[in-house]
Amino acid sequence: MENILIQVKNLEKYFEISGGLFSRNKSIVKAVDGISFDIPFGSSLGLVGQSGCGKTTTARALSLLDPKTSGDINFYNSETQMMQSIDELEGEELKKFRRNIQMIFQDPYESLNPRWNIKDIILEPLNIHNIGDLKEREEAVYEILKTVGLTPPENYMPRYPHELSGGQRQRVSIARTLIMKPKFVVCDEPTSMLDVSIRISIMDLMLNLAKDLEVSYLYITHDLAVARYMCDRIAVMFNGKIVEIAETEELLNNPTHPYTKRLISSIPIPDPSYKRETYEINFQELDSLVAENTNSDEMIEVNPDHFVGTHDVKGLL
Amino acid sequence: MNILEVKDLDMSYKTIDGEVEAVKKVTFSVKEGESFGIVGESGCGKTSVAMSLLQLQADNGKITNGEIIFDGKNIVGLSESELREVRWSGISIVFQGAMNSWNPVVKIGEQIREAMREHYPDKTKEENTKKIIELFDIVGLDSSIIDRFPHELSGGMKQRAVIALALSCDPKLIIADEPTTALDVVIQDQILKEIRKVQDVLGLSLIYISHDIAVIAEMTDNMAVMYAGSIVEMGKTEKVFSNPKHAYTRMLLESTPSIVGPKKKLRSLDGEPPSLINTDSYCLFSYRCPSPDDNCRNRNIAMELTKIDSEHYADKCCINCG
Repeated sequence: MENILIQVKNLEKYFEISGGLFSRNKSIVKAVDGISFDIPFGSSLGLVGQSGCGKTTTARALSLLDPKTSGDINFYNSETQMMQSIDELEGEELKKFRRNIQMIFQDPYESLNPRWNIKDIILEPLNIHNIGDLKEREEAVYEILKTVGLTPPENYMPRYPHELSGGQRQRVSIARTLIMKPKFVVCDEPTSMLDVSIRISIMDLMLNLAKDLEVSYLYITHDLAVARYMCDRIAVMFNGKIVEIAETEELLNNPTHPYTKRLISSIPIPDPSYKRETYEINFQELDSLVAENTNSDEMIEVNPDHFVGTHDVKGLL
Repeated sequence: MNILEVKDLDMSYKTIDGEVEAVKKVTFSVKEGESFGIVGESGCGKTSVAMSLLQLQADNGKITNGEIIFDGKNIVGLSESELREVRWSGISIVFQGAMNSWNPVVKIGEQIREAMREHYPDKTKEENTKKIIELFDIVGLDSSIIDRFPHELSGGMKQRAVIALALSCDPKLIIADEPTTALDVVIQDQILKEIRKVQDVLGLSLIYISHDIAVIAEMTDNMAVMYAGSIVEMGKTEKVFSNPKHAYTRMLLESTPSIVGPKKKLRSLDGEPPSLINTDSYCLFSYRCPSPDDNCRNRNIAMELTKIDSEHYADKCCINCG
């Protein structure tokens, strides 16, 4: 078995919504409904799907921003060299553990405090976790700015977010994330707000950092082409469940679930001579998949390391 | 026959910092039934061109030079009442994020009828409603949507209804300004199909504006690449993709990931588009050009298209760069 960094088992996150101001009727939205995956060290998993399928809810649950409803999140503990459930962590231990998991948000215009300068923004996590003295912290900020390509750092440290472009702001977000030397970074569409020309440089930066610093990513995106560029494996999510998960090229070349097929066939191809045809959902195919469903929590392995969900999603497609 | 000819169009915005030349010497034409794409990154002037065509630019924006010949008639400098004739029944526009432009307290059908009343005052409500049902059928909406409020519809349905609205007064040309940017890929695919279908069924001309060259590749016959307010490359879409001449076009193509073909290393282009205030006549791409010539910045070479072949033009400065 590969060295697993993070292991998610049957993760569930439900939201209760009330029917109205005075209504007692409550209904439950199963935003994330029993998903499982592993992410090995230094590897990145892409999570793709349409809006509302539960991608961001998964991200927030994994980065411990929101409590999960049920399921297990196990993390490799480098001190004990064993997998450890995050449920066992409390207080100081949990706080210390949180350094290992960081998140990069979608909108670099809203995720940076507009009244703080860049130095203070990047310094904040160090202050919170009380790492080093002031001089060491400032040196760390200086170094990390160099790492993310904001050079010379002394020019950027006193500036405010509004003075930076979208790409530069996203670099600041990445710097703030990496200064904690995390092992696992959850990226929620970090490049979808950026222009094409800047997008690639941010994606390349993240790929290089992953290699140099041995960071694993959960990379959330609705763009399969971006996921292909960034990720070793891709999980396709639909309606709170993972319907298919496989190594990237395998998933793109041999999609098995009808929803994955449709998703892939909906992506415009930057080549006018390519004749793309949208796949229409084949319900028979779906029926035969559902018929194989013996245990609703399990996915079937159609190819080595290529799993397909057998949930009945007929009415939803 | 050209439905639209734009000649040497200049448009600028007055700001505190000075005059921003958002559109510079833009020249292109759109044939009847053709779809023409404009692609470029944010701030390159795509939307400013679209707004100039209908003269809907912001109050501080002004067309300073050039002609817009629509259906044989120059529409630059027409009075507001003359423009009202052209807008919607000659040229209509599907705005970026248009699905959020519905009035939330008026039913969808009534909002479309409002536009139709303005242009066809003689028609009865029943006639208009019948027309709307026909249009809804074309864009794939159920007729019951007429009596729905905007909040009852999904994003994709609202965008379809916007397309129906844009078609309601029988325009000859539709400008679609990033009509699918806020939508999911699956919905985007459906909307793109509807737009193509509408174009086929009604024989319309289309100007499709997007930052996504993959969408431009699929939607257009001819295309223009804009950079810093100017067109830097223009021609048949297949030719621009198969034989990109301008360094910026090449960079756009090489920076777009695709899910087909071998996985390749993508190229990034650092830097940002230049400020468009008081630009002298030099190659505005020189700051980001992979191999700028000393001459590019110093010499006075205003951006200008040169002919590659009869269906392909590119800016003369950067043809051999990078």
